[in-house]
Amino acid sequence: MAVANVSAHDVSNHDHHDHEHKDNFITKYIFSTDHKMIAKQYLISGMFWAFIGGFLSVLFRLQLGFPDMDLSFLRPLLGGWIDASGKLDPNFYLALVTMHGTIMVFFVLTAGLSGTFSNFLIPLQIGARDMASGFMNMLSYWFFFISGVIMFASLFLEKGPAAGGWVVYPPLSALEQAIPGSGLGMTLWLIAMTFFIASSLMGGINYITTVINLRTRGMSFSRLPLTIWAFFLTAVIGLLSFPVLFSAALLLVFDRSFGTSFYLSDIYIGGEALPNTGGSAVLYQHLFWFLGHPEVYIVLLPALGITSEIIATNSRKPIFGYKAMIISMLGITILSFVVWAHHMFVSGLNPFLGSIFMFLTLIIAVPSAVKVFNYLTTLWRGNLRFTPGMLFSIGLVSFFISGGLTGIFLGNSAIDIQLHDTYFVVAHFHLVMGSASFFGMMAGVYHWFPKMFGRMMDEKLGHVHFWLTFVGVYMVFFPMHYIGIAGFPRRYYSWTNFSFSDMYTDLNMFVSVAAIVTFVAQFIFIFNFFYSMYKGRKASLNPWQSNTLEWTTPLHPGHGNWPGEIPAVYRWPYDYSKPGAREDFIQQTVPLSATPESNLPHENKLVQLEKEIMAEEGDVLVANESKES
Amino acid sequence: MYGLLISIGVILLILVIWMVYRIQTLISVAKGSDKKIATTSNKVNAFLMMVFLIGCGVLMFWYSIKEFDNYQMPIASEHGIITDRLFWITMAVTGFIFILTHILLFWFSYHYQYRDDRRAAYYPDNNKLEIIWTLVPAVVLTVLVVSGWKAWSDITAPAPEEAHVVEIMGYQFAWDIRYGGMDNTLGDYDYRLTNATNSRGIDFTDKNSFDDFPSQNVVIPKGEPVLFKIRARDVLHSVFAPHMRLKMDAVPGMPTRFWFVPNKTTEEMRTELGDEEFEFEIACTEVCGNGHFSMRKVIRVVEPDEYRTWLAEQTPFIKSNPDLVADLPADLKELAEIYINEE
Repeated sequence: MAVANVSAHDVSNHDHHDHEHKDNFITKYIFSTDHKMIAKQYLISGMFWAFIGGFLSVLFRLQLGFPDMDLSFLRPLLGGWIDASGKLDPNFYLALVTMHGTIMVFFVLTAGLSGTFSNFLIPLQIGARDMASGFMNMLSYWFFFISGVIMFASLFLEKGPAAGGWVVYPPLSALEQAIPGSGLGMTLWLIAMTFFIASSLMGGINYITTVINLRTRGMSFSRLPLTIWAFFLTAVIGLLSFPVLFSAALLLVFDRSFGTSFYLSDIYIGGEALPNTGGSAVLYQHLFWFLGHPEVYIVLLPALGITSEIIATNSRKPIFGYKAMIISMLGITILSFVVWAHHMFVSGLNPFLGSIFMFLTLIIAVPSAVKVFNYLTTLWRGNLRFTPGMLFSIGLVSFFISGGLTGIFLGNSAIDIQLHDTYFVVAHFHLVMGSASFFGMMAGVYHWFPKMFGRMMDEKLGHVHFWLTFVGVYMVFFPMHYIGIAGFPRRYYSWTNFSFSDMYTDLNMFVSVAAIVTFVAQFIFIFNFFYSMYKGRKASLNPWQSNTLEWTTPLHPGHGNWPGEIPAVYRWPYDYSKPGAREDFIQQTVPLSATPESNLPHENKLVQLEKEIMAEEGDVLVANESKES
Repeated sequence: MYGLLISIGVILLILVIWMVYRIQTLISVAKGSDKKIATTSNKVNAFLMMVFLIGCGVLMFWYSIKEFDNYQMPIASEHGIITDRLFWITMAVTGFIFILTHILLFWFSYHYQYRDDRRAAYYPDNNKLEIIWTLVPAVVLTVLVVSGWKAWSDITAPAPEEAHVVEIMGYQFAWDIRYGGMDNTLGDYDYRLTNATNSRGIDFTDKNSFDDFPSQNVVIPKGEPVLFKIRARDVLHSVFAPHMRLKMDAVPGMPTRFWFVPNKTTEEMRTELGDEEFEFEIACTEVCGNGHFSMRKVIRVVEPDEYRTWLAEQTPFIKSNPDLVADLPADLKELAEIYINEE
């Protein structure tokens, strides 16, 4: 592979690099404009929030699995939210599920996933020095940080954080009389989300601009790794849908604070009739789900992109149906905007509109199915290396199937009448969106850790982490299907008030234990992550023998990523196990003319063209150099 | 305390496992076997894939069959039979795909685990395959959607003229029931008229409200169409009658509705289940505040004759509280008196 590493200059060259400059602590680690550092900032923040979000879920799982348990031992932490008899406060229970949802969806799986890997991989995989705007990228992180600080602060309010569910439907979220969390907690939620939206927009604009404008020579759209396609389309979805959430939030702010009636109408609460008339609570739902549904794909597509890359690399096979994968992602991107009302079949929506959305919703299952079949065919006749990244990717495919199939029930409005807002829905989206995306994120961390920190994570700990989490997640969410079919409603503090749901205490206990074990198992990862950062084995330049560009950078890429010239790209990223080639991978930087033994017929024709371009570029380079000197 | 003890146990377990692995890693580095790809752990992971497939597959089948009667809720409405049939057809189709794809996923993972002497197949695409697995799901989904759409259109079609109207109003944290009386027509309401004696905000200047009456439970006849007129007074609620396969949000400012035909009386259901205490219930499925989990209402399904008897026995609002019509204009008041004095 000597030819491949044209850019793997030795370290001494590094010092002569044009972009090299001295950083102090603040510009290097805090207000950094380097995409790699910003990615790490996002990752660490994402991990922090995943811990908080997971911990909140353990708290409410204690209530659901062990309703009679004395929770007094939590009083040092939760204070007044545990009442005198050791019971969790029902208002705080709602706050817990609300914050769990908000944190996981936005802070972990949007910022933690897209923020980390879009930032880290886009410049490295397309061959760019950095993001299009490093400053805006930095701003994006710090807006996210402010958003996080505000959301975190709201957890400690006397009346608790927002508690109307992560969807914060008005009028519940608009009226403090209705629930204490709709006071200051809700105000902070709205402010935090405003900052968050600004942050995602700045990030998204950067990702799109960078992918369109800063690709290296030869990196056409048809040679982009699927990761980049996924990040690119994710950013497009975010850019188009987040502003709608902002408008929804803004109108809610008006209703809450300035006496308008966008969402409020005909309300009698707390012994008085409110003056608001003419508003529509359903309007909010339309606006919210116009983001809310694309949001599912905002968290899922990057995970699918990461998985495509990792499965191909570790199967030592080209991803099957590269073009079909791109077309499915494009299809998902477009369709994701026209299915939002399937969350609202029984909201009082016009039933005719419901039928339209049912048809559109089930269409989106087709590209998803294509992706699954392509993953399976990629594994078929591969030569699989079970790195932790690969295991998590296989886990993702499993969750994507399990959770995706239950979507076919819920997308069917006639069946949804019964299943809507039951635990069946909880099982569905936790598998397809929550766990699948989480596994994509984990896969990404294990796979790109060597590039981020120059060291390897411990593989065996990774395996243990995978198996505990994979089995754990299924043990948590699979039983919820039964609970859901039995009709148990969501966001219930207790089910004993109803005879139809006064059962399955054993199953709920099992789920809670599984959730706690799964949560605790994540500490293996936390340990592995921080331990390996300092003490892990030194990574080689291309530890997974992968084709993409990031593995042609030095072990610790500096500002600007490549010392000297950015390498050019001559082929697609999936030339694994190409017949005739000596190694089972050929990096994107290897010209077709250097591999006559493995070129396919149509590639041989391109060799001449490639030579001409290289000659031309050589001339330009020589000209540039003589100009400079 | 359980949670804490379990956590401690798990942490200890993890520490032990970790030490074992560290020692193993050191040994493998010493032996130089860490450079190998087809390692034991690669084989172990491949093997675990099969263990997982078989283990979880058996667990799933065992539990699904054992618990079937528990999670499969009896049906008590005509459309419920249709939607449940759709549910189980969808379950059969998706269940088949679920099992097939998982067998492939884990079998491939096991069978194609890394071997030094083998090379993966270079198989980048096959348009024929792509077309097949685009079209087949598309056709299957079309069939499912069309049958779902038919059911949905029937369920959401306008209620028959003769449907018995029941008003269900949600508020924090209960449901109020109102019937239209002998004329089966509900009087108007206006939320601004709500007060301690008129919790539903009924407008008594509307003659239709004179014979309206409240009820503790929802009482409906078997085999005849029933129309729920649903509204909310404060925040969103959602009427969920699981046995009727019925769910509809209650929205302040926007009345909603759901009609259905109950096909089993409470008595019949009690005999069927062998449970003398059984009641049909309404629960709330839209988060509405701290009492969300306690908004219970009983539906009593009775034989049509019994329903008519019951209906005739009820006392209108204005009869039990004549003050409600005290401020009406003279002509309306006169009319109201007739209702009040009626025996």
